[in-house]
Amino acid sequence: MSLDAPQGHIGFTLNGAEITVPADPTARLSEVLRERAGARDVKVGCNAGDCGACTVLLDGAPVCACMIAAGQAQGCEIETQAGLVARDRDAERLAQSFQRHQAAQCGICTPGMMVSAVALLRSGEALTEDSVSDALGGVLCRCTGYRKIIAAVLDASTTAPLAEGGIGAPIARLDGWPKVNGSERFGDDVAPADALTVQVIRAPFHRASFRFGDLEAFRKENALELILTAQNVPGENRFGVIPGFEDQPVFAEGETRFRGEAVAAVIGNREALAAMGRFPVTWEELPSVLTPEGADTAALLHEDRAANVMCRGYVARGNAAEAMGRAAHVVSGDFSTGFIEHGYIEPEAASARRVGDRIEVQCCTQAPFMNRDGIAGIMGLAPEQVRILPTATGGGFGSKLDLTAQPYVALAAWILNRPVRLAYTRTESIATSTKRHPSQVHMEIGADAEGRISAVRFDGVFNTGAYASWGPTVANRVPIHASGPYKTPNYEAKSAGIHTNTAPAGAFRGFGVPQSAVAQEQLYDLLAEKLNMDRLAFRRLNCLGNGDPTVTGQVFETGMGIDACFDALKPHWDKALAEAEAFNATNTAKKRGVGIAAGWYGCGNTSISNPSTIRAGITPEGTLCLHQGAVDIGQGANTVIAQIFAEALGVPVGQITILGPDTDITPDAGKTSASRQTYISGNAARLCGAALRAKILRLGNVSEEATITLEDGGITLSDAGTTVRVELEPSEGYAIEAVESYDPPTTPLDENGQGDPYAVFGTAAQICELEVDMALGTVRLLRIVAAHDVGRAINPLLVEGQIEGGVAQGIGLALMEEFLPGRTENLHDYLIPTIGDVPPIESLVIESGDAHGPYGAKGLGEHCLIPTAPAVLNAIAHATGARVHHLPATPDTVRAAIRAAGTGT
Amino acid sequence: MPLHRPESLSAALELLQGGRAVALAGGTDLYPALRDGTPPPEMVDLTRVDGLRGISRSETGWRIGGATTWTQVLKADLPPLFNGLKAAAREVGSVQIQNTGTVAGNLCNASPAADGVPALLALDAEVELAAPSGTRRMPLGDFITGPRATHLAPGEILTALLIPEADGRGAFFKLGARRYLVISIAMVSAVVETEGDAIKSARLAVGACSPVARRLPALEAALAGKTISQAGQAALTYDYPELSPIDDVRAGAGYRREAVATLVARAIGQAALTDKEVPHVA
Ligand SMILES: Cc1cc2nc3c(=O)[nH]c(=O)nc-3n(C[C@H](O)[C@H](O)[C@H](O)COP(=O)(O)OP(=O)(O)OC[C@H]3O[C@@H](n4cnc5c(N)ncnc54)[C@H](O)[C@@H]3O)c2cc1C
Ligand code: FES
Ligand code: FES
Repeated sequence: MSLDAPQGHIGFTLNGAEITVPADPTARLSEVLRERAGARDVKVGCNAGDCGACTVLLDGAPVCACMIAAGQAQGCEIETQAGLVARDRDAERLAQSFQRHQAAQCGICTPGMMVSAVALLRSGEALTEDSVSDALGGVLCRCTGYRKIIAAVLDASTTAPLAEGGIGAPIARLDGWPKVNGSERFGDDVAPADALTVQVIRAPFHRASFRFGDLEAFRKENALELILTAQNVPGENRFGVIPGFEDQPVFAEGETRFRGEAVAAVIGNREALAAMGRFPVTWEELPSVLTPEGADTAALLHEDRAANVMCRGYVARGNAAEAMGRAAHVVSGDFSTGFIEHGYIEPEAASARRVGDRIEVQCCTQAPFMNRDGIAGIMGLAPEQVRILPTATGGGFGSKLDLTAQPYVALAAWILNRPVRLAYTRTESIATSTKRHPSQVHMEIGADAEGRISAVRFDGVFNTGAYASWGPTVANRVPIHASGPYKTPNYEAKSAGIHTNTAPAGAFRGFGVPQSAVAQEQLYDLLAEKLNMDRLAFRRLNCLGNGDPTVTGQVFETGMGIDACFDALKPHWDKALAEAEAFNATNTAKKRGVGIAAGWYGCGNTSISNPSTIRAGITPEGTLCLHQGAVDIGQGANTVIAQIFAEALGVPVGQITILGPDTDITPDAGKTSASRQTYISGNAARLCGAALRAKILRLGNVSEEATITLEDGGITLSDAGTTVRVELEPSEGYAIEAVESYDPPTTPLDENGQGDPYAVFGTAAQICELEVDMALGTVRLLRIVAAHDVGRAINPLLVEGQIEGGVAQGIGLALMEEFLPGRTENLHDYLIPTIGDVPPIESLVIESGDAHGPYGAKGLGEHCLIPTAPAVLNAIAHATGARVHHLPATPDTVRAAIRAAGTGT
Repeated sequence: MPLHRPESLSAALELLQGGRAVALAGGTDLYPALRDGTPPPEMVDLTRVDGLRGISRSETGWRIGGATTWTQVLKADLPPLFNGLKAAAREVGSVQIQNTGTVAGNLCNASPAADGVPALLALDAEVELAAPSGTRRMPLGDFITGPRATHLAPGEILTALLIPEADGRGAFFKLGARRYLVISIAMVSAVVETEGDAIKSARLAVGACSPVARRLPALEAALAGKTISQAGQAALTYDYPELSPIDDVRAGAGYRREAVATLVARAIGQAALTDKEVPHVA
């Protein structure tokens, strides 16, 4: 043996410092770096080489630390993101370039990206898009769509300053620097060193009954601290997100309803858990149902939900049946999509500690207050006894709204009165977290002879899995949105959420709307073809304008900007069509196609109150604090909300200190979902900024026009040449403070779904250009042009980031993603796009304003991916003459469609 | 939990006797296979064994050491015969995987989707296996016996791949559902030697379409003397009795069978014709 370090220790150079740490030499280097050497900038997203988040330089070469035996690093030089940025000038410049380009959104992939990029920069290889892609191809990012990362690496050697300015300025993310210098801390990064670990015992079958053996004997034999089962839940053993639908147990009782459902949890130190024997539980597999077919006659998952129907949604306007009968042209079709996994690179993680009669939970989350109330219910505590301290969240996209790891750590820490941690494994995360609902849609669309849409009928069945989660939201939203942003005088849309023995389907960027758009936008192409109309012109003719009623009868007098989106795309469309035609004239093996699709999305919750509250104050010392509870999961709320607040108050954004989103110190800004934060929390921030401004101006007795300057522990007001100094009184809390709330004006929907479900809709249209290998069915994307009406771009760079990230997720939905319970529970069988799968994306930002949004801004997060999948599918059909109805359009599916259409060889 | 890091082959072999310790190279198959579980209690790291890393040339052929990484293959100065192996190296996972993953590990792990296998089959590679009692050689095609099964005896080390010198040029195509980090739906490797316009000899191998990657001897024989375009045509009409593709999460059997014909035709063309970089498929 040639280990020079003392027995049981490993020595290496970490970021220039020679260190020796106690470690098992067969342990994964990633674990040793994180847990023993304190290098928590090394992230673990999969433990299997699939995500690249754990990339470090080992003697200069990028490697995945999760597959290196720690002992193999003995005597080596290891460099990580934090060390590189601190010690290497080129890496520091790269970090600045990442900031300038907003190449980090949530930031969980950033260490892997930057470390890989540094290796490329050092290699001296010419920097091209291809060389950057090859170098970074082993690191997955779910947020950015990779384009800004490529741009940042290509631009790594320049040193342009960061943009400055108020609303409309592409300023760098205010919370961005920690993400690019390696100091950001995510869910598992803050776990106390002395915390015990939780391991959850989960069902191996889709449906099963089970019995425990002697748990206490097992606990003692295995030196465990605690075993938790349903019996240890002091409050209610159930949770959920929609009132009336709280149906998911923390621990199943008697029967499990999906593969991966928790029945127990063991708590102990790491060594005890690693050595633990087989947990004493016997399983009996029961018949299960995995798809809505047959669910109506299967055993009920929930006694009170007949035929396993969770709930239904319905919207009707005019007389669809009659109008369909009269339509000059009718097209119809069946379309389906599968379960889609959120695939954030940070698996769920939480830690907890008990503080007297309170429990504190640190976790990655999208909804701290909902988490707080949920945990309080489970633990039988008052909500105020629970404190949620959100960490940075390494991607959420909807799934980190629901409780996952939090109840286990909270319960264990409460009972043991010791800190406790839990980070899900990738398999645990994929198997048990919520998913995008699989959809089966039948849709029929009719048009008159001139090409005006006269009638739509839509019937969508959504597999909602074993528990409700956000299923009711999907069932509600889809019928409101299934028309797309088009005038549809006669309309009938039904939806149903069906329970099956699968992981719960919940919230995922778009709440069912991307699925309905796959059907609607493909049928629009078929209809345009029948009418012999240009596909863009057909959509432009039918799109909603100001003053047109939507399918729920809502009329927007301003801000319906989809027409402008189509108009902006028109020159790109004409050019792309001409280029494809020219290419196809001389190529047979590969064919090019161009597709277009649109989408719309209502911002905020559907027809119910969903307020946000923002608080701000100035301390006696003159520090301006913004209590910002709108969780930033990478989308940029910390920056956008601050920009809006700064504008309303009239100070530069750099003067703001952001606090939060800790439930003890920030008021409830609602959850980060439904594209509501910019619009709703943004409005609360605007009101709060304005209120604070009014108070300050009153203190100085100056006019509305006065300029506020925070300086030297006081406030200076300048007004028409005069200057007034406002001294801040010493006080316990803030010298001046404001708290404001905003709740969007909506109305309830009647039995036909008529009413004003959202105060704001955002719209978008995208073009996709691609190339299909006719013999293999492989698809190569060439370009996406995305036109988005965002009302007003508070920060254009963040807008582009959202668009590019959404497009990448749409590409995944269209071409490669499908979760199959028990089969694709890792990131090599469940594929998400890599850096080589996302083509250049051109964003066309339309600013049509909005009557309600702050400074005219609308939400954006979910709109971005809605048009992408249908645009891709329409482009495939254009290229090949073959249409894919059932996603994903993997090579074999595309090839089968080509064969069926008889258009290939 | 000892991790031994021997520097000589004899020491490594000794440590592996008794069947307790497991050989470790890049760990890129071994660690993921643990599925978050604990590593084997005792491992022998082969990456520092003298003479096991690197590529060398002898009178009769080439020797790829049993701890040579994919990155080393990519960076080595090799003749066009190796274009297929290099293309395969570039397609293995990502830079991170290539930097640590070894060619020998790829073979010993014996996944039906191992990208190295068809490329090396088409090169007529032999494996050199060392045991304390001595060294033996066998053709790669014999060495791998099934999915995750080989003739590697307990305690034996794959010390080298031996590739006979030959004329001709290599090509490799991998078909997957995304650009990087992807398990092959199918992959094809060809080594083709031409004389004027005609094929003098062709060696073809297909992976991920049978329990073990297969050579296509009947098709190879039929190609001799044909022009490149005739050969491509022959590949498209050949019925591939060697293959027995299955349906899995990546693709259906029928698709695999059809795609392979296209890939073989293209690989022949690529190997025979161009000096350019091998373009990526998929
Ligand atoms: C994210 C990811 C992507 C991947 N992509 C691809 C891909 O695209 N194509 C592909 O083919 N593979 C891929 N792989 C699999 C893997 O990287 C390769 O098979 C690699 O070549 C394995 O080499 P290794 O040195 O890491 O093997 P190890 O994991 O170290 O060893 C594998 C097995 O071989 C044994 N072994 C290793 N060397 C020897 C030896 N010299 N003598 C005897 N036994 C030995 C070990 O005991 C072990 O059982 C991927 C893996 C990951 C994690
Ligand atoms: S954690 Fe190592 S590659 Fe994902
Ligand atoms: S920024 Fe890349 S995963 Fe979030």
